[in-house]
Amino acid sequence: MLTLSNLSKRYSNGHLALSGIDLSVGPGEILGVVGGSGCGKSTLLRLISGLETPSDGRIEIGGSPVSGPRDEVGFVFQEPRLMPWLSIDDNVAFGIRHLAREERDVRVREALVRVGLAGFAGHWPRELSGGMAQRAALARALVGRPQILLLDEPFSALDALTRNDLQEHLLDLWAYDRPTMVLVTHDIEEALALSDRIVVMQPAPGRVQVTVTPPLSRPRDRASLEFQEWKRHLLAELHHSFVRPARQGDERFPAAAI
Amino acid sequence: MTVTHPSDPYNEVAPASLPAVTAPSRRTGEEDASVVSARPGRRWNWLLGLIVPVGLAVGWEIAVAAGLGDGRLLPPPSKIIATLSALAATGELLSHIVATLCRVALGFVFGVLAGTFLGALTGYSTLARALLDPTLQALRAIPSIAWVPVFILWFGIFETSKVILIAVGVFFPIYLALSGAILGVDRKLVEVARIFRFSGPEMVWRVLLPATLPAYVIALRAGLGLGWMFVVAAEFMGASEGLGFLLVDGQMTGRPQTVLASIAVFAVLGKLTDWLLAQGSLRFLRWQDGFNPTA
Ligand SMILES: Nc1ncnc2c1ncn2[C@@H]1O[C@H](COP(=O)(O)OP(=O)(O)O)[C@@H](O)[C@H]1O
Ligand SMILES: [Mg+2]
Repeated sequence: MLTLSNLSKRYSNGHLALSGIDLSVGPGEILGVVGGSGCGKSTLLRLISGLETPSDGRIEIGGSPVSGPRDEVGFVFQEPRLMPWLSIDDNVAFGIRHLAREERDVRVREALVRVGLAGFAGHWPRELSGGMAQRAALARALVGRPQILLLDEPFSALDALTRNDLQEHLLDLWAYDRPTMVLVTHDIEEALALSDRIVVMQPAPGRVQVTVTPPLSRPRDRASLEFQEWKRHLLAELHHSFVRPARQGDERFPAAAI
Repeated sequence: MTVTHPSDPYNEVAPASLPAVTAPSRRTGEEDASVVSARPGRRWNWLLGLIVPVGLAVGWEIAVAAGLGDGRLLPPPSKIIATLSALAATGELLSHIVATLCRVALGFVFGVLAGTFLGALTGYSTLARALLDPTLQALRAIPSIAWVPVFILWFGIFETSKVILIAVGVFFPIYLALSGAILGVDRKLVEVARIFRFSGPEMVWRVLLPATLPAYVIALRAGLGLGWMFVVAAEFMGASEGLGFLLVDGQMTGRPQTVLASIAVFAVLGKLTDWLLAQGSLRFLRWQDGFNPTA
């Protein structure tokens, strides 16, 4: 479905954000991407979405190379990014402007029901709480029925309760059309609760440290021993990723500084 | 546990808390009453603004009537009103108003169209900005009144040169505000539109213009104000009708009451058109938190 080969990104200021990423995501797969801040997670999603262009390597969706944003790719940002001058239903309709009016109305209504905002169609974005606004953003991304949904820390700005609620809700939403999902997060529990497969990234330059497929059954029980064990395992892995470059003698740091 | 200890402080507090529970509801009642009484107060607030001008007018009227002031150079309000009604009776006043309004309206429309188009273009396209903005900024540095002789030479003394002068005055605040506001639009919202593959014109129409609408409305009002300023300059440069003509005519024929009458009409029309513009834009700005364009 989605294939990245030898993907690298150097920003115009010379900063190498990603280097040599090889990754393949199957149809309907939920891929979690975890890593500390600054290790290129957002850059990875922005490259896949076509918002940024790679400096090297290839991105292919369904076999055809990505050269810019595509209709079959949806994006949910860390912030809701709703247009403040559009009501909630118009915000959800924002990306399906080419559809006929009746079809659009039907889809918007359906999407709002699915994310639990049926009663808020005519509200302004400023009248919504953070969690509700992010639900609206989810509806906007899903209403066009993308084959690939990219999510960049979509719930990290929300309180813990709302976050858990939306994580479970995301799985319900996924079940309708089963899009391929790439979920970037720095929250290991979120990645474990949702993903089929998890990529741990390491920084400077951003690259894949390890890919794991936790053999956890669904629905996932966060309190289970297995879950907790995997969480500990991934945490150690993540910690490792930040220590290892220095331990191995990164040229930028003199050994004495460690 | 608390029940078995009669000396428990909670037990003693409990009865005392009863009036405390009813207190909020009483307070809400008071708030309701104050809201109700405040509403008519707010409704008549604008009357406060009339006290000073009306007081001055009445004071001057009395001063002239009592022989304390010279009513010839600064005619009392009664004389101005008499002049206005005389002008109105012959239909002259209306034709002057219509002539001036038409010029302002035409100049405003052309100025707004040009300012909006070029402002949106230079705000959206880096190339257009590099190409056009320096020239437009240089033109802006010219005091617009300096164009008067040029426009008369090029477009003659009649309507065209007047409308163009007004349009030039209206153009710059709108151009400046719009191109600046577009550069300041939140990049994050623009990215959402890019994800949905908006074309350039779609981006301008559906993201950049709505996002800049609050600044745009303020620029429209500033532009309209300049339009009124420039119509006077335009009508000074030779006209056979219009409020600016009335002004000059009053001066030439030594009738200060005519001069003041046309100034009064300018004041009323300027305020009225600005109010209409603000009211008209209100429904497009409801999404904004705490925006009050009539303030
Ligand atoms: N537009 C940009 N220009 C230059 N450097 C950037 C840009 N965006 C991100 N970076 C840098 O690239 C690295 C990775 O950033 P990012 O992908 O946002 O990381 P993450 O999402 O994992 O926190 C960071 O060091 C960041 O400073
Ligand atoms: Mg990020």
